Amino acid sequence: MKFKHATPLLDQLESGPWPSFVSDMKLEAEFRAKNEQGIDFQIPSDTVEDLLGILELSYKHGRTHWKHGGIVGVFGYGGGVIGRYCDQPENFPGVQAFHTVRVNQPSGKYYTTDYLRKLMDIWQLRGSGITNMHGATGDIIFLGTTTPQLEEIFYELTHNVNQDLGGSGSNLRTPADCLGSSRCEYACYDTNALCYFLTQTYQDELHRPAFPYKFKFKMDGCPNCCVASIARSDMAFVGTWKDEIRIDQEAVQAYIGGEIPANGGAFKGSRDWGPFDIQKEVIDLCPTECMWMEGKTLKIDNKECTRCMHCINAMPRALRVGKDTGLSILVGAKAPIVDGAQMGTLLAPFVEVKPEEDYSAVTEVIENIWNWWMEEGKNRERLGELIIRQGFQKALEVCNITPQPCHVEYPRTNPYIFWKEEEVPGGWVNDIEEYRKHHLR
Amino acid sequence: MATNVDFQGKTFVVDEDGFLEDFNTYTAEWVDYCKKEEGIETLSDEHWQVINVLQDYYKKNGIAPMVRVLSKLTGFKLKHIYELFPSGPGKGACKMAGLPKPTGCV
Repeated sequence: MKFKHATPLLDQLESGPWPSFVSDMKLEAEFRAKNEQGIDFQIPSDTVEDLLGILELSYKHGRTHWKHGGIVGVFGYGGGVIGRYCDQPENFPGVQAFHTVRVNQPSGKYYTTDYLRKLMDIWQLRGSGITNMHGATGDIIFLGTTTPQLEEIFYELTHNVNQDLGGSGSNLRTPADCLGSSRCEYACYDTNALCYFLTQTYQDELHRPAFPYKFKFKMDGCPNCCVASIARSDMAFVGTWKDEIRIDQEAVQAYIGGEIPANGGAFKGSRDWGPFDIQKEVIDLCPTECMWMEGKTLKIDNKECTRCMHCINAMPRALRVGKDTGLSILVGAKAPIVDGAQMGTLLAPFVEVKPEEDYSAVTEVIENIWNWWMEEGKNRERLGELIIRQGFQKALEVCNITPQPCHVEYPRTNPYIFWKEEEVPGGWVNDIEEYRKHHLR
Repeated sequence: MATNVDFQGKTFVVDEDGFLEDFNTYTAEWVDYCKKEEGIETLSDEHWQVINVLQDYYKKNGIAPMVRVLSKLTGFKLKHIYELFPSGPGKGACKMAGLPKPTGCV
């Protein structure tokens, strides 16, 4: 098919082995041009062609052709839609308005084709047909529609598919999780269930911005952090355990004997790493050196184990996470703007995960932190920045958590230590005259 | 792309999202013009209270207040602000008050 705009630069991205977004977009452009299903397209049928056209222009100019910002949405919500307008509407009328709709994805991103078809029926009719599966925060992203279609899309999503929008703006963004116990033997709690519970519980906070800035939740089933909660969420829920690693000594011997490939066969690629050497690949790599062999028995000094997952990752059929499981809560991760990147800092080392109690131990920490940050946070100040400004001590105080050595990597090295007045005998009010009695000028 | 809007003898210059390009061109007619597309039938005293607070704050500080501050100044909970302005304090109330379009990660 001959497209509206020539795209010599983009055409080069159709070669090579990786799935080409250009080829895919051209297929969609062709689908809409032919319209064999007779769809009554509610936005220009050549939107995808204009999208390719303006992208080609950006390749040529080396700069974006989208205008600054955009405020659109649906009644009742303060977020969920990212407004966008192109800066050359005359040349690319199909993308004059090209808003993005965030649709809240199911936990673990499990789908049925029936559900996805329903979504796509709405999107082909009322949008560009182009998506992002998924946004980095987790949402299903509908890429490109016009303002009048927003309420229409929202009506159909909620009334016909029982599906809500995701979050945007200074609010709780769409929570996301690793796939958890649905198909991973390392999962220390049901991440899917907690993700769903918190999403439903805090719908108000998600749809109507009430915070100083954005706030994200992510749930990881274990410290491997498959959804990168420790780096990509203001509050990370990372599964862990507090009893002993379960050892199947027979399976350990099977690893040593080469009957089971180490790391689930992850290293059986192009390079030959030689036969599995438990001393070299597991015992010597343990960060706390708390493992050893006694004859044919693998021993672990569990009280010295920091649950880094390495030995379990290496021998998943011989070693299992403990039975007394829960999660750690880490707070404050953020990207560099304004005052530098942060990863999550350990706040609550072990929190019980009890769905039968509506996860009250988890929600208590969340709401204590929110109450503090909502009151004290400056405009556009992430939680991580408030913690730096007012001190980690304050975060502990508002959560009623006693300071413990596990809260720091190492103690402070400077001596600028604040004391509370009540901790110091005599307090802060001193009489200079009294002092002068003993120390003459 | 600025466009002109003529309403009750006044002309307003607005952007794609329907925000006033210049706060100084605000007049009471602007609120009347906006209300329909913001899902408001008639304006109550409470609507005007929110609009007046936003305008006073903007004139004094050069920015729109944070949501928390707006709630404190008006005494209205966020839920009530959405009952008054279905698009919320940003797209709804700020727009009707003639304040500049909210920016940043929205």
